[in-house]
Amino acid sequence: MKLVAVTSCPTGIAHTYMAAEALEQAAVAAGHEIQVETQGAAGAEALDPAVIAEADAVIFAADVDVRDKDRFAGKPLVSGPVKRGINHAAEMVDEAVAKAQAAPASDTAAAVPAAPAGPKLGPGAKLRLWLMTGVSYMLPFVAAGGILIALAFVIGGAEIATKVNGGAFEGVTYEAITDPTQILNQTGIAGLMFYIGGLAFSMLVPILAGFIAFGMADRMGIAPGVVGGLIAVAVGAGFLGGLAAGLLAGAIVMALKLIKANQAFQGIMRIVVIPLVSVFVVGFIMLVVVGKPIAEAQSWLTDWLAGLSGVNAVLLGLLLGAMMGFDLGGPVNKVAYLFGVGALASGDYTVMAAVMAAGMVPPLGLALATVVRGKLFTQAERQSGKAAWLLGASFITEGAIPFAAADPLRVIPSTVIGGAVAGAVSMAFGASLRAPHGGIWVIGLIGNPGGFIVALLAGTAATCLCAIALKTAWRSEAASAADEAAMPVI
Amino acid sequence: MSDLITADLIDLDLTGADRHEATAKLAALLAAAGRVTDVDGFLADVRAREEQMPTGIEGGIGIPHARSTHVTAPSLAFGRAAAGIDFGSEDGPADLVFLIAAPEGGGSEHMTILASLARKLVHADFKTALREAPDAEAVAALIKQNLPG
Repeated sequence: MKLVAVTSCPTGIAHTYMAAEALEQAAVAAGHEIQVETQGAAGAEALDPAVIAEADAVIFAADVDVRDKDRFAGKPLVSGPVKRGINHAAEMVDEAVAKAQAAPASDTAAAVPAAPAGPKLGPGAKLRLWLMTGVSYMLPFVAAGGILIALAFVIGGAEIATKVNGGAFEGVTYEAITDPTQILNQTGIAGLMFYIGGLAFSMLVPILAGFIAFGMADRMGIAPGVVGGLIAVAVGAGFLGGLAAGLLAGAIVMALKLIKANQAFQGIMRIVVIPLVSVFVVGFIMLVVVGKPIAEAQSWLTDWLAGLSGVNAVLLGLLLGAMMGFDLGGPVNKVAYLFGVGALASGDYTVMAAVMAAGMVPPLGLALATVVRGKLFTQAERQSGKAAWLLGASFITEGAIPFAAADPLRVIPSTVIGGAVAGAVSMAFGASLRAPHGGIWVIGLIGNPGGFIVALLAGTAATCLCAIALKTAWRSEAASAADEAAMPVI
Repeated sequence: MSDLITADLIDLDLTGADRHEATAKLAALLAAAGRVTDVDGFLADVRAREEQMPTGIEGGIGIPHARSTHVTAPSLAFGRAAAGIDFGSEDGPADLVFLIAAPEGGGSEHMTILASLARKLVHADFKTALREAPDAEAVAALIKQNLPG
């Protein structure tokens, strides 16, 4: 059996190497091959990615965080303190072998890195790795929540959202469901699915933020990251706010870990001080520094849009569409959406159609791009591309977040352009819509559905082409290598 | 580069009420040889490391160590303590104590030597030889011949 191991300890001059030696002895004694990476003061000689790819199991004997542990994602793992590696090396080797035998063969095969991912990643690649870590943990929430919401619309019709949340739809006013345990009786299975899907969706940004911070600062990052993400949701900062919260939380915990506390203080540092300080600081910054300007910018944008009422319809569609595609459910998107809903209430149905077309385009365009040029996307992205079709068709713009959060600089311009095209074309055809949501499932409520479909196709093609062009023209080799290594197989 | 260890850095009759006292005695040897400039400062660094996680290893070994600005050259002081000194290992006190002193920001060449020393410590035959060595000269020779360079 082939094993790889990483050893590390606080000072990096003694235990790191003792554990490496002990593990090597134990593995060889038991008839296995092993290669050990000593992350110590003598400088870590990184394991060859090919060796990692071939390994049947991984052992971490480490008292400090293993660097670049994403390289080992998907492998059977035995991990313990560095002393266990010294004192009970044989036991760790046996455990690793047992785990490797229990693991399905595909697990190890899937984690093969596409290219040599050097552990010395540049800052850009490192940032991307952190973002990808957050995205990979968020993906199941997107898939579960998005598909449940989409199915709720399919089964329950466009009014299902209003039935659950309350409000008026097509002239009928619904009471909001106040007691979730009654939801099945009152709204049927579709309402129940909508409710569960909505809850799963409400965790997108907190999980994204929490696990970006986890990628940066390990377990200590999760609490401030999740709390920062919750605040991003509360202040309507969307997934971009979540990215900021996650990076901020990770950076703060990383900084706090550097503080050398005196002896008496050291124990409570990890248990109390770091969580307390990091959560408070992240929360404070998110609320005061991030939250307020966003709220102000939103009200400014809303006023600005209202002042545009006389402007050319196609231009208005272009602007609203660009806004819809910009932050995919974030503050700018919300302003555009609410502008559409407001127009709906005042009897102008064309704005809502443009807004919905633009909101459907980002997931659809990216899903198309994963089919047209799969190589530009990670395996996980290609998988989530499949769900993105359904999410896009259901006007769940959030389906594009996994793509945008992992690679904002290339993806956001694509979704903005696609949204703008869709919004402008929809306005040009004068397509109209009498419902505030529902996607393709409310096609019966759409006036000039042919024009609406043309708008969708044009926007989808624009996003797809733009994403492919940007990802092809401006591609970081280190980042793309890191991608495959980083994504745990879901 | 001076040798990692010499006979005057070895105390074959090391005693001490606890690990800190034993460590201090070994540190005094380093200071006397001019390898540590500020004993108290160095001991504080060692102690900070020891507080993070005791350095005792099963099989009767204690390895107090630190990278410290008060160290001038990578050095090893060695003590044999017949009575045993508790270094926090679960299986009991240590009778072989290695005080490793590394300069802060030491070159990787130095660190490589310390790393190979650490690797030797898990070999049973090396430990046995250290326990049976007749005098300080023999111990110093034994350690040197097991290190590269």
